[in-house]
Formats: sequence, C-alpha cells, structure tokens
Amino acid sequence: MSTRLTPSRSVRWQSTAGLAVVVWLALFAVTPAAWADRIGDIQETSVWEQAGRFFTFRDPGLRLALAGCLLLGLSCGLLGGFVVVRKMALVGDTLSHAVLPGIALGFLWNMTKDPVAILAGATLVGLLGVMVVDWITRTTTLQQDAALGLVLSAFYGVGICLVTRIQRLPTGNKSGIDKFMFGQAAALGEDDIVLMLVTTLVTVALIVLFYRGLLVLSFNREFGEAMGLPMKLLHHLLMLLTAFAIVVAMQAVGVVLVSAMLVIPAASAYLMTDRMHRLLLLAALIGMGSAALGAFFSFLGHNLPTGPFMVLAGTVVFIGSFLFSPRYGWLTRLWRQHSRRLRTELENTLKAMYRVQEDRDFHGEGVSVLELAERRKETVEEIQARVKNLRSAGLATLTEEGRMIHFTPEGYRQACLIVRNHRLWELYLTNVAHFAADHVHAEAEEVEHVLGEDTVRQLERRLKFPRQDPHGKPIPSLRDMVGTSAEEELQRGTETLGYR
Amino acid sequence: METTAPALETHDLSVAYQKKPVLYGVDLEIPEGKLVGIVGPNGAGKSTLIKAIMGLLPLRSGWVKVFGQPFAKAKRRVGYVPQRESVDWDFPVNVMDVVLMGRYGHLGWIKRPSAADREIARNCLDQVNLLPYANRQISNLSGGQQQRVFLARALAQESDLYLMDEPFAGVDAATEAAIIVLLKELKARGKTILVVHHDLTTAKDYFDMLVLLNMRVVDYGDTADVFTVEKLQKTYGGRLTLLSDVTRQEARQKAGEEV
Repeated sequence: MSTRLTPSRSVRWQSTAGLAVVVWLALFAVTPAAWADRIGDIQETSVWEQAGRFFTFRDPGLRLALAGCLLLGLSCGLLGGFVVVRKMALVGDTLSHAVLPGIALGFLWNMTKDPVAILAGATLVGLLGVMVVDWITRTTTLQQDAALGLVLSAFYGVGICLVTRIQRLPTGNKSGIDKFMFGQAAALGEDDIVLMLVTTLVTVALIVLFYRGLLVLSFNREFGEAMGLPMKLLHHLLMLLTAFAIVVAMQAVGVVLVSAMLVIPAASAYLMTDRMHRLLLLAALIGMGSAALGAFFSFLGHNLPTGPFMVLAGTVVFIGSFLFSPRYGWLTRLWRQHSRRLRTELENTLKAMYRVQEDRDFHGEGVSVLELAERRKETVEEIQARVKNLRSAGLATLTEEGRMIHFTPEGYRQACLIVRNHRLWELYLTNVAHFAADHVHAEAEEVEHVLGEDTVRQLERRLKFPRQDPHGKPIPSLRDMVGTSAEEELQRGTETLGYR
Repeated sequence: METTAPALETHDLSVAYQKKPVLYGVDLEIPEGKLVGIVGPNGAGKSTLIKAIMGLLPLRSGWVKVFGQPFAKAKRRVGYVPQRESVDWDFPVNVMDVVLMGRYGHLGWIKRPSAADREIARNCLDQVNLLPYANRQISNLSGGQQQRVFLARALAQESDLYLMDEPFAGVDAATEAAIIVLLKELKARGKTILVVHHDLTTAKDYFDMLVLLNMRVVDYGDTADVFTVEKLQKTYGGRLTLLSDVTRQEARQKAGEEV
C-alpha cells in the first residue's frame, strides 16, 4: 500500500511550524520595546525578564488579562464554529462593527466603563443592526451582502463619532474607551472578568444543553421546523450569545479584529475534522491558544495592543491547518501526490521487468540492466536509479557486479498484479465498453495503478475469468503470482487478494 | 375504516409568497395507507404544497389536518424528506449523525439519544442498505446514497404520514428501484406517503393515487382514473399565467409595493 502522511507526523510538522512562528511573532513584539528603551520612556526590563514575569504569573493584572483572554477564546471559538458552518462569517463581522455605538451609549449612560451597561447597550444595538439587515433583505430586492455592508459601515460610522466625542469630554482621556478600538487585555478589570466568566459559562452550558437542536438548525433548519423543534428561538439564542461573546471580547481584541476571533479558530478547525462536536472543541482550543499567545506577546512588548497578536497567532494556526490538515492540507495533498508518483514509477519498472521476461517465455533467471534500459528506452544510469528504488523497497535485488536484476517474491507478485490490472482493464474497455483495440493501452497505463482488488474481482466476474488480453497476451493469474515457492506463498497471495 | 379521519386533509390551502410559486385553493383528502404522487410541470407549486402543509411557509388561507388533528398537534406523526439540494453536504457530520436527527422530534429539547434511539437509527440505515456507511462523512457519498440517508432519517422519525420532496431526483436506477420497494413496504405497514414526483413515465406504475397539480389541483383520485391524456394535457398544457400574475400582484399590493 502507498505510504501516507500519518497524523502523528503531521502533528509534529505542525508544532515545528508553530514554534517557528512563535519566534517570529516574538520579534514583532520585541522590536518596539527595544526602540522604546532607547527613548527611555518605558521601564527597563529585558525580554527574558518580561517572559519570566509572564510565566510565573506574578502580576495580578497579568493574571486577569490572561484569564480574560482564555475566556474570550473559548466563547468566540465555540460560537465561531456555528457561525462558520452556517456560512454567516459576514454576519459576525457586521455584528462586531455594529455594536460600537452601543458601547459608546453604554459608556454615556453613567460616564464610566461599567461592564454591564456596556454589555447591555452593545448587545441591543448589535441585534438592532442584525434586524435592520434582515429587514432590508426582506423588503427590498437588495441581496444580503449589500445589506450587511451597508449596516456595518453605517453603524460603525456612528460608533466612531460617539467614541471621538467621548474622548473629547473632560474625563474622556482617562475613560479607557480607546481600548475598544484596538484591544488591550491589560485594561480588563475584575468586573470585566466576572462578566466574561458569566457569559462564557452561560454560552457553554446552553451549547451543551441544546447541542442537538443547534446541530439541526445549522444543517437543515426546515427539517427541524417540520419536526416542531423551536428553530427560530435557537437561532435568536445563537445570535444573542454571539453578540455577548463579541462585546465581552471587544475590550481585549478591538472592534476591527474581534470578528476574526470568531472566524479564524473555527475555520482552522473546519479543515481539521469532519464532525461538528470535534470542530467545536478544536475551535475552542485554538481560540484559547491564540488568545493566550496574544496576551503573551502584548505583555512581552509592554502592553502593545493585544488584538493584532491574537489574530496573528490564530492565522498561524490556520496556515498550519491549511498546509497540513490530514484531509484538505495543501502539503498533505502534495505529499500524497508525490508518494503516488513514486509508487507508479516503481510499478512501471516492475512491469517492464516482467515484460522482458515474458518476451523470452520466462527462460532464464534475472533481467539485465541493459535489457531493461532497451525496453524502457532509457539510459543505463536512469535504470540504475530505478533499480536502487526497487531495492530499497525490497522488490528486487541486484547482483554484485551490478548487471543482473532479480525479483524478490514480493516484487514478482506485484509485477504480476500490475500486468494483470493492465490487461484486465484493456479487455474490459474492448469487450464491454467497445473501445477500439488500439485505443485501450494508454487508458490502461493510468488505470492499472488505481484498480483496487474489489474492482478487479468485479472485472474478473464480468469478463468470466479471462486468460488472455485483447492482444493475445496471457493475463497473470493467482498461480503465476505465487511462483515456485510453497503453500505459504499461496496462503499469502490469497490473503492479499482478498479471497475468502 | 369509514369512521377514521383521513391521514391528511387540506381545505382551501392558498399560498402567495413572493418569489415562490402560487398555490390556490388546494382541497385534498388523502386516506390512510396510500402511496400518493404529486405531479405537475415546473413551477406548479409541488414543493410549495409540501412545505405549506408542514407550515414552513406562511398561508394566505386554508387549514391542514393530519389524522383529524391540526398539523401543529400531530407533528410527530409526520416524517419529512426535503430536497437533497436543500442542505450543504460538506457539513461536518457523518451518516449516523444525520439519521439520528430523525429522533430529535421524539426526544424534544434536552434529552440525549438513548441506546434504543441509536438502535432504531441503525435499523433504518440497514433498511436503505447504508449501515456499512454509518461512520462516513456525508460528502463522501454518491447522490443516490445521500438521498437514502435522508430516507433513513425520515424512517427514524417513525411517523405515520411521510411527505417526500423529489426523493427520486438525481438518483441512479438501482437506487430508484430500492426506494420504490421501500415505499411499498411502508405502505404495506399502513403508512401514508405523499411524494413529489417529476417523471411522468414512472408515475403510473409507482402510485395508487395521483394529485395533478398546476397552481391548483387539476385533478385528484386513483391513478387509473386520473392518469389520462386529457387530464395530463390539462395539467401540463397552457400555464395559468393570469392566475399566477393576478395573485402575485395582489400579494405585492398587500405588501405596499408599487405595481
């Protein structure tokens, strides 16, 4: 069988790549700090000291920031899973921009950064935005994307105006409302963390409790409605929870990038698994991981904005998933193609050896390098390289002086299999599909490498266990493949061929 | 049998929903244990009728009764096979997950599927010959297999009335034959099945009764009585453009649009 990229290997690759990018991100974080050191406006601590402070969790402020990041990563990852599979990424983006005026209004309510007032204001305005989108698409001929773009920018514009007004107020500078723009985990206070904890716990509990309803909603809403499940209610619940997650995450991630925390972890997870519950779990883990990394780099660089670093860390995970995911990964696919090509070349060499032997009615033991070169129309050097591959795969041996090639029993068996596949397929194309006899060779050259044993059984039955191909050449049968050696070979042959 | 309520009864069912085909005054009375086909040209409102029966579309008028009860009360006795294209087959679930969804109607809000539910789901998968594929992701299935997954899910609903939207669309001949055998088995067990069908060449053999639909019921009755050249011509020939135009115009006016 062909070699596959094992999951363990792809995980190892992933962690190596991950490490490389952690270093790269660290450079981002460190450079401004070094620059600031020269100006002398930041306390003098080295990168290592700063990293040490992070990992010993000495600072209470840091502990809060980190806790907040983990919570927001968890809730954004979970809800993002639903957002992505329901193809609502743009809705998440719109929601995250539309809440900005609500945050400003929540602040103006009693002129402090009261988390509950801000949460209430933001959620209400965010949901208003989603309703407006819904309303526009329902009553006009505009499509949803236009309505989303419209609401996103209009609400965001109002939000920017309000935030600027607040900053111009006498107390505005100390308000901390600017943290909502780019995100600063260090600005999270104890009240904020409590609120995040509550919303995250509620989110996790409701998702676990209503998981099956939410699954039906995401996969086939009409079916859920027909069964009488409260689809509308679950949809609104999901939107509400998403609004909560966005608002509580906003202070740490920033208004512009917060929707990325919904999309990136879930999109990475989507490429890694094909079960919804695993997707949610993975998305939550990736969300938490990238949020924590964001906090780390922000701390390393003396309170740089957290949001961009979170998003970068998440993006790195996504790139890893895009390249290495076991099913869809770009490099995984390249690797599979490569190993398949190697396999095909090995099989073609074996087939050529078989044909050389067949041409002299299987007299004589081995095949010489020269004969093989003539048959394949290649140079001796090229053939030597091929033989080297055959030897390392244990399919052939080379005599000491390097002139004669001999099949190993396994090599001979595989040569028979591939010749059989080729000739069976030729026969099928001529007799059943009525291809002209001179058209079938090229087709069979490709197909011989991919025919599975099940298909071969079907072909044999369909063709009534043929002995000869359309050109009159014998089709190797099980007996040929077993060769000279005894019972056990027969046993092995039958097992591999799937006879029961 | 005379005293029992029909499996499905609709009275003056009308739908005039923007962007959807119009349905006008549909009166149906489908007795229990029948295999009934709905046939009609494209845009005749076949799918709309099924969705309207299940309350998935707003009605303009009329009512629906299932086994003598209003639809909302009898939801659990109705199984549904939606059109295959109506869902995203790349969705991260496997075959078993989808079939288990058929149990959710019985499980209600919070209860998890029990071992018994799983056994029912396995059984239903076996009936459509898909048990070996239970753990496969749904995008790795052929069109015919995907259709059978939907059938198995409907079977798992253990209903008495089944509404199926084009279960034969885009499936291979072998699957079609297997599905029709399954439907006849269901009928033999006393189930009532309503099938949207678009292939007139097979309609006569498959169904006991036919609904000829073209925005309104052109005719309804035993296949032998209804499947006549004259009636089919009446159904398929001559679109009722005026009926559809006027009804849609009325709907738009009601919505305050410029006409």
